[in-house]
Amino acid sequence: MRCGDFKESYLEDEKIFQTLFVKFWLVLLAAGLILLPAIANEYILYVANLIGIAIIGAVGLNLLTGCTGQISLGHAAFVGVGGYTTAVLITKVGMPFWFAMPMGGLASAAVGLVIGIPSLRVKGLYLCIATLAAQFILEWIFVHWEAVTHGIRGINVPPPQLGSMVFDTERSFYYITLLLVVVGVGFARNILRTKWGRAFVAIRDRDLAAEMMGINLFRYKLAAFAVSSFYAGIAGGLWVSFIKVVTPEHFPFSLSIEYLAMIIVGGLGSILGSIFGAIFMVVVPEMLNVIASASRDLFPTMGKHFIPMKEVVFGTLIVLFLVFEPHGLAEIWHRIKNFFTLWPFSY
Amino acid sequence: MTQPTNTTRNEEYLLKVEGIFLRFGGVNVLSDVTTSVKEGEIFAIIGPNGAGKTCLLNCVNRFYHPSQGRIFFEGRDITPLRPYQIPPLGIARTFQNVELFRGMTVIDNIKLGRHVHLDTGLLSAGFYFGKARRTELALRKEIEERIVDLLEIEHIRKKKVGTLPYGLQKRVELARALAMQPKLLLLDEPVTGMNLEETEDIARFILDIHDEWGVTVILIEHDMGVVMDISDRVCVLDFGVKIAEGPPREIRHDDRVIKAYLGEKDLTYSRLGA
Repeated sequence: MRCGDFKESYLEDEKIFQTLFVKFWLVLLAAGLILLPAIANEYILYVANLIGIAIIGAVGLNLLTGCTGQISLGHAAFVGVGGYTTAVLITKVGMPFWFAMPMGGLASAAVGLVIGIPSLRVKGLYLCIATLAAQFILEWIFVHWEAVTHGIRGINVPPPQLGSMVFDTERSFYYITLLLVVVGVGFARNILRTKWGRAFVAIRDRDLAAEMMGINLFRYKLAAFAVSSFYAGIAGGLWVSFIKVVTPEHFPFSLSIEYLAMIIVGGLGSILGSIFGAIFMVVVPEMLNVIASASRDLFPTMGKHFIPMKEVVFGTLIVLFLVFEPHGLAEIWHRIKNFFTLWPFSY
Repeated sequence: MTQPTNTTRNEEYLLKVEGIFLRFGGVNVLSDVTTSVKEGEIFAIIGPNGAGKTCLLNCVNRFYHPSQGRIFFEGRDITPLRPYQIPPLGIARTFQNVELFRGMTVIDNIKLGRHVHLDTGLLSAGFYFGKARRTELALRKEIEERIVDLLEIEHIRKKKVGTLPYGLQKRVELARALAMQPKLLLLDEPVTGMNLEETEDIARFILDIHDEWGVTVILIEHDMGVVMDISDRVCVLDFGVKIAEGPPREIRHDDRVIKAYLGEKDLTYSRLGA
């Protein structure tokens, strides 16, 4: 019977996935994710793609806000920079998607570096406002830099191609998303267990002490901004290629708030939390859509009330989460896991 | 007032503080403090509350910028450096009010101490491949076998620091300072608020660190028992002025020190342990 984990080397203890049990479920999960397109319909795959893109964006924001403690209200704008860069490079320069998207990430990271500069001087709410300004400035540029962005008409983005293979359906695009989510999540998780992640968390917890431990605050805060907006840029590039169009309306301020809500509901500073949060913020509105349309059929006279009620229910759910589980979905997950670790004989 | 002399390059001194003035507004926190610490010494700084002891340490690791005066470490002028440039030189410190990273585990806090000596790049860190992986594993091994073992904190290494009692937090902070591979360790009131047993433990750790690792220690402490027992030399500050410096047995009988502490000889004797 299992009564605990015994590790014989430091390597074993430093691993992310430690026990055979965890690895078994991980393999099962991977198999499930790979085989999903074979069993799911177009709609589910559409939602899965959206979840994947949201996960990449949320992981990026969590590195910056959850781990490094620099609140950003401009995440949607970074997503936008990545999206527009990708779209422009594909349509105007003729660069293939596979290069354009990383370039979108880099462009976004470069913008993130600039936006991050005030973070050395201002903290907390003041930094919020600084990043909020970035959001509106970038949105304005998306609309008004007609020569490049085509203003509110936007740009049509052709689907990615690999040889003769065209990734123009939810089904095929799903694999691109899945691959990037796995790489992105793994990368973030690894950063957190090395020098960089420790420096990020140290800056969040106590920035003055961090500086006296030899951490160059400016460098690491900027690094956090760059990494975070790189993720945002990748999410943006992926998103515009998925929906095949990019307009300024795709990156409103409310999307920034949505990303913040994802990491707060999921769990600040937790990579797993970003994943849960992204799933929650994508799936719940979709489910409410389904429920709303179903109830409209049941109660035809009240139909017009159900659609607006969706937003109210969604908002209430988020508030309830914050009240009852301020550490987010990741904390619930940990609690369940701990309960079952040595179940049924925990003592 | 002593004029700076040309002995600053003397290699015998690990740290030399020359004519430091520190002012906050109109308040003179430190006035013309000159002192030096020899390599391999345990050097104590004592003085009444508000004497400027912590400020002196803050000047040494560049958190405060003295308005006048210079600080030399291993013969190098470190006055123009920024705080984050101090740890790479081999100066580590602990704080009066514990300054740990509360959201991190004990082992991560200690690992963080090594930050400046690691050169893992961001990409290599993100893929946890090759050098990043080797560095992390070597670091973990060394921390476990040299520091965690020495300070007897094996049982708490996976705990979040914020959940630990004060005495243990102080010990973790000492561990983090050790992880910085210091040549000079600045300890700001390491035994404050501890009971006798914990105090003796910490004193033992300081001696172990000093003897086994050959680390020079500067110690601020109000516990005269600890100061008199373990330090080689003691420097006494009062209102930002150095009033005495010398081996513990001389300090114990120094009239100015006794006056600064209580103003009355008889009572002070018991407090200074004389």
